Amino acid sequence: MSIELRNITKQFGAVAAVNNVSFSVKEGELMALLGPSGGGKTTVLRMIAGLEEPTSGDIFIQGQRVNDLSVQQRNIGFVFQNYALFKNMNVFKNIAFGLKIKKWKRRDIKARVAELVKLLGLEGLEKRYAHQLSGGQRQRVAIARALAPKPSVLLLDEPFGAVDAKIRQELREWLVTLHHELSVTTIFVTHDQEEAMEVSNRIVIFSKGDLEQLGTPREVYEQPANEFVARFVGVMNVLEAEVKDGVARVGELQFAAGDQPDGARLRIGFRPYAVQVSPDVNLYPYRAVLIRTYFLGIMLRLEFELGSGLVLRSRMTKEEYAQLGLEDGKAVSLQIRNYRVLAAEESALPPERQSAYQPPPSIAENI
Amino acid sequence: MIAKRHNPLPGFGLTMGCTILYLSVIVLIPIGGLFLRTLEMSWADFWRLATADRALAAYKLTFGASLIGASINAVFGTIVAWVLVRYEFPGKRFFDALVDFPFALPTAVAGLTLSNLFAANGWLGQFLVPMGIKGSFTPLGVVIALTFIGLPFVVRTLQPVLESFEREVEEAAATLGAGRLRTFFSIVAPTLLPAIITGFALAFARAIGEYGSVIFIAGNKPYESEIAPLLIVIRLEEYDYTAAMALAVVLLVVSFLLLITINLLERWASRYQT
Repeated sequence: MSIELRNITKQFGAVAAVNNVSFSVKEGELMALLGPSGGGKTTVLRMIAGLEEPTSGDIFIQGQRVNDLSVQQRNIGFVFQNYALFKNMNVFKNIAFGLKIKKWKRRDIKARVAELVKLLGLEGLEKRYAHQLSGGQRQRVAIARALAPKPSVLLLDEPFGAVDAKIRQELREWLVTLHHELSVTTIFVTHDQEEAMEVSNRIVIFSKGDLEQLGTPREVYEQPANEFVARFVGVMNVLEAEVKDGVARVGELQFAAGDQPDGARLRIGFRPYAVQVSPDVNLYPYRAVLIRTYFLGIMLRLEFELGSGLVLRSRMTKEEYAQLGLEDGKAVSLQIRNYRVLAAEESALPPERQSAYQPPPSIAENI
Repeated sequence: MIAKRHNPLPGFGLTMGCTILYLSVIVLIPIGGLFLRTLEMSWADFWRLATADRALAAYKLTFGASLIGASINAVFGTIVAWVLVRYEFPGKRFFDALVDFPFALPTAVAGLTLSNLFAANGWLGQFLVPMGIKGSFTPLGVVIALTFIGLPFVVRTLQPVLESFEREVEEAAATLGAGRLRTFFSIVAPTLLPAIITGFALAFARAIGEYGSVIFIAGNKPYESEIAPLLIVIRLEEYDYTAAMALAVVLLVVSFLLLITINLLERWASRYQT
């Protein structure tokens, strides 16, 4: 284990920013701490670095308990959200700073900086100051500076928060490549679930100081531990249904209620991909009208309004959209392929259920 | 054909006109008048008046004491600003307000207070004078007065810069293994330097022109504790306008050169900032 947190709690006054959190990161792993802002993920990162002290609990880095080690002694590379470059030093001196402190020989410093400059594509910028660099370049200087003293762990706080969308995509891919080359244990904080999914080996999801789930991107997406995770990782339609005669009903939608008594209220969740659409208004059980289409590149987001006024969100590719001959205002029929009954936020979710209605195999395979 | 260019910000003509008129009336015309008056005397006369022994002693005291006072403020003003910005403590707002005191206090009151404080029978003087430290009626008194009036300049220029200094920069240095001292001298101090120089320059300029507080504490002995502005007043009272003018021109030119130097220094210190 490269990093291990045991029962870490951090109080700021009466507020628990982090609440009894335990997890471990494997050697060479690229892990994401994901959650909405204020969820405690940055505090966790800062505690690993030694910039904050846990109120209780232990932190281990490579088997050694580091609670009593100062920031300076932990041998950690930290990349701040705003980069925190030294404005009075040029790129070379920024990267060399940590090496100078460790009293490296001048020749070795030069060689190490040159190596990092090459690795991070900063050639020719060595003499520039922070204000003469673009956002992406500053980011890379900050990473080079953190990597220079060969830290045992690299920590990044919202590494792609401050750059524009196009560069963010490049940086993501680049971080994966970099991690692949260096295989240094890396933890990064993000509030963007797509980013976490794309970049990391495993994801830790935080909300209000609690660890909600830890797993691979796939596990987190396919087996969310609770409603919070389900909603946060991928958009979900969540409806509140009332049970009557063994059927949970909301508007005209009906879901199997199992052994729930009449009058019970159930929260039903399903992913946009679970909404099946046909231009044949008689094929599926529910009639609806396409009210809005959002183009998100190759994926489209659609909103359908049912007769009862309920609005469901769906996603499909451009090709499917064209195949179905959809346009705003078009009447269609829908069905919900699979869904979950969402329990209270703390308890685990029961497995996904199949709808009672089974579509003909040919259609099911299309989706 | 020349197309008429429209400035997107309206009112340029009017405001520029006002600026030029105002600066002319307030600054340029008085200074110009001063130079014109000195032109009435011959170069030899000017040189004789401007470099008289008594005048030289006065310049030395004025510039020397101002330099020392501003330097003291550059160091301690930085510490005061640091404490006021970085830490929370009871009475912080009171101390913060106290910094402006030398600004608000009439200079004559300040001079009177200081000279009483450091006189042989004063609160501090009764202990200091037996130790050989004479604050009142000596060049040291001049330094004390000029230090007093210069304090707010350094503190007030430095505060906003310290406030905008990102905490993360220091944390970044710490994660790279730098201790507090190393961080301060390698990173914090160089970043603050331009503001310290600006504050120093303001305190220095103010000290050169200071009159009211100094004359009470200095004792004003010719050749010893007589500042240049006072010598100008003395010459005026003797109706020796030309001598006063000569002194004034020297003060003006030296102050101007010093300010230019400090400006260049400041530009150098902030070369890596936007």
